[in-house]
Amino acid sequence: MAEVLIKNGVVYDPLNGVKGEKKDICIRDGKVVESVTNPKVIDAEGRVVMPGGVDIHSHIAGGKVNSGRLFRPEDGRKGLEAKTKVCRMQSGYSVPNTFAIGYRYAKMGYTFVMEAAMPPLAARHTHEELVDIPILDNAALPLLDNNWMTMEYVNGGDMDLLAAYVAWIMKATKGFGVKIVNPGGTEMWGWGKNCSLNDTVPTFDVTPAEIIKGLAEANEKLEMPHSIHVHTNMLGHPGNFEITKETYDLVKGVNTVKDRQVMHTTHTQFHSYGGTNWGDFESKADAIAGYINQNDHATIDIGSVILGDTTTMTADGPMEYSLYQITGRKWTNHDVELETGSGITPFLYSGKSPVNTIQWAIGMELALLVEDPWKIALTTDHPNAGPFIGYPILISMLMSKKRREESSADMHKVIYDKALLPSIDREYDLNEIAIITRGMTAKALGLHEHGKGHLGVGADGDVAIYDMSPEETDAGKIQKAFLNTKYTIKDGQIVVKDGEVVATPDGKTYFVTPECDDKLTDEMMVKLKDKFDHYYTVTLNNYPVQDAYVPNPYEIKTQMRG
Amino acid sequence: MVEVTDVVCSLCGCVCDDIVVEVEDNKVTKVKRGACSVGKSKLMGHNRIKSPAIRVNGELKDCSYDEAIKKAAEILAASRRPLLYGWSSTVCEADKVGVELAEELGAVIDNTASVCHGPSVLAIQDVGLPSCTLGEVKNRADVIIYWGANPAEAHANHMKRYSYVSKGFWTEEGKKAKKLVVVDVRATKTSKMADVFLQIEQGKDYLVFSALRAILYGHADVVPDEVGGVSKKDLLETAEMMKGAKFGATFFGMGVTHTGARQNNIVNAIQMTRAAHTHTKFTITPMRGHYNVAGINQVCTWETGFPFAVDLTRGYAWYNPGELSATDLLIRQECDAALIIASDPGAHFPGESIKHLAKIPVIQIDPFPNPTTEFADVVFPAAVSGVEAEGNVYRMDNIPIRLRKLIDSEYPEDEAILKRILDEVRAIKEKEGN
Repeated sequence: MAEVLIKNGVVYDPLNGVKGEKKDICIRDGKVVESVTNPKVIDAEGRVVMPGGVDIHSHIAGGKVNSGRLFRPEDGRKGLEAKTKVCRMQSGYSVPNTFAIGYRYAKMGYTFVMEAAMPPLAARHTHEELVDIPILDNAALPLLDNNWMTMEYVNGGDMDLLAAYVAWIMKATKGFGVKIVNPGGTEMWGWGKNCSLNDTVPTFDVTPAEIIKGLAEANEKLEMPHSIHVHTNMLGHPGNFEITKETYDLVKGVNTVKDRQVMHTTHTQFHSYGGTNWGDFESKADAIAGYINQNDHATIDIGSVILGDTTTMTADGPMEYSLYQITGRKWTNHDVELETGSGITPFLYSGKSPVNTIQWAIGMELALLVEDPWKIALTTDHPNAGPFIGYPILISMLMSKKRREESSADMHKVIYDKALLPSIDREYDLNEIAIITRGMTAKALGLHEHGKGHLGVGADGDVAIYDMSPEETDAGKIQKAFLNTKYTIKDGQIVVKDGEVVATPDGKTYFVTPECDDKLTDEMMVKLKDKFDHYYTVTLNNYPVQDAYVPNPYEIKTQMRG
Repeated sequence: MVEVTDVVCSLCGCVCDDIVVEVEDNKVTKVKRGACSVGKSKLMGHNRIKSPAIRVNGELKDCSYDEAIKKAAEILAASRRPLLYGWSSTVCEADKVGVELAEELGAVIDNTASVCHGPSVLAIQDVGLPSCTLGEVKNRADVIIYWGANPAEAHANHMKRYSYVSKGFWTEEGKKAKKLVVVDVRATKTSKMADVFLQIEQGKDYLVFSALRAILYGHADVVPDEVGGVSKKDLLETAEMMKGAKFGATFFGMGVTHTGARQNNIVNAIQMTRAAHTHTKFTITPMRGHYNVAGINQVCTWETGFPFAVDLTRGYAWYNPGELSATDLLIRQECDAALIIASDPGAHFPGESIKHLAKIPVIQIDPFPNPTTEFADVVFPAAVSGVEAEGNVYRMDNIPIRLRKLIDSEYPEDEAILKRILDEVRAIKEKEGN
């Protein structure tokens, strides 16, 4: 029996109410246990100990990530590292190769990452890359909102059949939860158009609002571990904060038997904009945070900006086209039949630009203005607002007003007029950091019930030991500690030591298999079969992801409510 | 006799996946429907490399797989500048082992894209690619352009399954309600079907793209009366047709990638698409040749960061097409050993590079004999992917589809052969203490 004892650590385990206590962590056969008899002892020597990090939203695998790599060799060249006895070659900064993704996340103490957008038709591709990412446990969210099947069921008000379709897609794609990206808008992008929350999508005669509500209901019928995960309409448009709030209101009445939100909205920084154009553009983070503070049915992740060059990519095809029209840089687009689309374009976030400066402030403002950290997650919407490797910068900013002031002084002066950041005094403590990087994210995903995001007995033996004392206040030292752990332990195995990757076990892929009534499934299949017979260019039998592409499966079964 | 449905074709970039075959006594006895004549021939099987072999005194002598593995590993481990080339007519699972082998050896790994759509990749790296899946074209497109491509002969099911002749959701009338534009230097079977055929002068694609771009951006006044052999009147009509499309789709082939301005042709083709996009929805897609050339580009990109022409000598990936593609390396007589898999440089490379290839030790992995076999020094027969072996491939629009295994083979899969070579190389290196 492989046993590990981590002693003399100061433990932050928010899901178990542990806020910086000196506490031993015992691991046997990869799981946290009460006690051990003959362990390998790791002396944390008073350092900060947290559960392995859980990223709720990051683009790490699949067609658009790889299109980003392919069309940006200039980004690939930024992150070159030679293979070692343990590690394979690395490349890339905003679009790292698969190996670098695993190593770099593990060095930051993360052990689980959610791929945030999987086109169902290309799900096999997403899984092929996930398999190739070392160390990290993972899962992926299939896109379900611009699907013709979804829109037709929403139009007909057939919520049970919609649930049966969602269930089928989860199983066919080995998916984890329902992803929504610019509902209706991506279908309209098939004709070069876009739409907003209450516009009607031609042919299908539904509104984005109806799609979101329908999928929220279907999601809860299936008792999915995660809520619907929403990229709301009009991403990146000045004045979009009203639409964002209106989107939250849509699902206020949706009931869930799970102990979690009914909607998670993602990269909220991009959806908290005031003004009417780029000239009078301003932060409305206070309005969004105010809503979240007053309501309990929605959670958000921040999608905070990391200054510098990055590669933007989203299933929101029309949004990427708008961005490319602003910058004139290269632009890739890939619409996916009957389901979704995607766009990719490079982008530079510059502290000299007034718009970028306000964007930079908004992400942090959201984190600082939402009072309850259990409602908010740390993300950069990697790589859209910046690469995940920037998380330690954000952590140090949230923990240090001094650092924020120093950084603000280097930004465009608009920060003092149209952003709120300079007026906010709050500083996160380590317990709150642990919440927004593991406790909250695991809970919002429903993965705390599956051993993620905490260190209670039975949890996965995933632990990060950061090379800092809990009293540390120096922002630079905090940033350094969160970039390279003293130890990262995955399933009881040391994978990072002193900031170097020392072992590269395979991660597991989590997926949900919702079961529903056979009659319902049969009825749904008639419609689905018609789609394959006439409109898809891949056959129904060749569509589902074979088991071969999920060699380390972790299956979560659910049952549809009658 | 067993009928097998949903069979996936492992011939061209169309990757048709609705084929029905009959299997009897471990043989494909009949292709009932779905495949074109070339695909059918591949499914039915034809002459094969019979045995592993090693060249001794100029003659290939049959040997065991063990002997061939040992010999291949010795050649590769002793090489100072090995080249691993091909990868387009096998599955991604094999391609992944190929990248690992290249990494272990510090080799240059390159794939057939470098002599087909490599210029398209360079263009995409310059300006991006506004594209879509083939089903989008099937369901929406009412104006279809084939430029420097002859699908009626080279991708025989392309028009029927995906474009001009297909019927989809908003295109239920099929070709009656669509316009077909063909641009080529000569009349072809495809051009005979076209509503508009622009016969251009050899090497003048760049000019014609530029003229259409100018018109689409509202600058028809700068276009002369004739461009590249095409009259201004025809160009104006074509541009009008593009502007009037509900959804336009351009497909381009090797007729544009390897003539005249090469990658700049493709940059211009993509810019023309962007120009059309200011009026209506317009997309552009390369007609990828081999069934998994898109797949090796995918695998090579997610593992090394770069799609082709990757040098791993330094332990990390160094990408520089023009210096590091297989033909560059061979013409400079730089590599001293080569592993060729699932491709035939002997038939397709320029003479000078073949000359060098013939001089150095060459390892070949392929189900079928081809001109490369004529000078290969170690030859491995492999199972035919899509008939005797399964695995993932990427269609020309980057949709992943898993090939099916229909019958058992006496030959091992590419992936298995490569893994054994990799293990043997590692064993040699360990013995040598590095």
